[in-house]
Amino acid sequence: MLPYPLLTLSLILMWLLLSGFTPGQFILGTLVAVFASWAMASLRPDKPKIRKWHLLPKLVTIVFLDIIRSNLAVAYVLLFGRKRGQRSGFLAIPLEIEDRTALSVLAIILTSTPGSAWLEYDPHDRTVLLHVLDLQNEDEWIDLVKNRYEKLLMEIFA
Amino acid sequence: MSAIIIFTAVSLAQLMIGAAMAIAALRMFRGPRAQDRIIGLDTLYVSAMLLLVTFGIGTGRVIYFEAALVIGMLGFVSTVALAKFLMRGEVIE
Amino acid sequence: MGFVVDIPLWGAIAVAFFLLVGASLTLIGAIGFLRLPTFYERIHAPTLGTSWGIGGIMLASMIYFTLSSQRLVIHEILIGIFVTITTPVTLMLLARAALHRDRAENDLNVPSKFRNEQDD
Repeated sequence: MLPYPLLTLSLILMWLLLSGFTPGQFILGTLVAVFASWAMASLRPDKPKIRKWHLLPKLVTIVFLDIIRSNLAVAYVLLFGRKRGQRSGFLAIPLEIEDRTALSVLAIILTSTPGSAWLEYDPHDRTVLLHVLDLQNEDEWIDLVKNRYEKLLMEIFA
Repeated sequence: MSAIIIFTAVSLAQLMIGAAMAIAALRMFRGPRAQDRIIGLDTLYVSAMLLLVTFGIGTGRVIYFEAALVIGMLGFVSTVALAKFLMRGEVIE
Repeated sequence: MGFVVDIPLWGAIAVAFFLLVGASLTLIGAIGFLRLPTFYERIHAPTLGTSWGIGGIMLASMIYFTLSSQRLVIHEILIGIFVTITTPVTLMLLARAALHRDRAENDLNVPSKFRNEQDD
């Protein structure tokens, strides 16, 4: 009956946030969400498979802290210029994850942390091209992407 | 007391966001290339959205939030369409 | 300034703090956007405004409306979620468009495609 429970749940939440938490709005929102998820089912997108729910808070915390840290770092670079030895540059990193949801989550993480931007992904070589604002040590960035994010994402999305 | 603090903070924030919008507009005029102008437009509408939210705090009205949401959605779609146009030379293939 | 509803002092200070953090990060991002020399460096500047610029102002608005209307107001979080999901999409599309154009002009500062493909 509900092909995409996560989608239905978030649609109901969004409806309630926009129009107020009342029982009547809850019924209306549930109706809209159920029909919308049926409509979504006819498009047949890939279903995200989240295997380890308990690791999600860990990922959110890591990303939250990284966003604060890189905000400060990028603000410093923009105001006072780069430190000696820092330059911007392209960086190609081979990835192991294949799951589409995990890839898009990784793209969102890397782009919304200031200082790194996801340019393009090649599905044949499974390589991603990044652009990094303060590239001092390439291995450090590769290590950050592979060990800090990719490992966790591979565990969460089977 | 707290009204004065909020009033000052809202005015300062509006000044800063206004300056950011002016800078984004400057980048739109300067270019040099089409992609620079589009990313300038993107920055401009995100800042406009933030400005509307600060207007909401300043006046205490919730209607500005909805306007901000509409600007965000239209801006996203227009930026995507413009980027697609740059890549292929047409929007709908 | 009669239109500002009185809220507790600690609330006002928190609102002012988050507002100013958000607004100044947006401004710093815009300044960097003007100063950085190449397009690929410039795509990093707006992410300041779309991460903690939005985040700070959203938090300020949430605290203010929650305190002034005496009930939980968190619908601003929708703007935050929306912007967090859409910014990577726009930046990625723009960057790919720029790469495509630079490669078409044989710009040597841009890395070439990983493999030679003709199917594009």
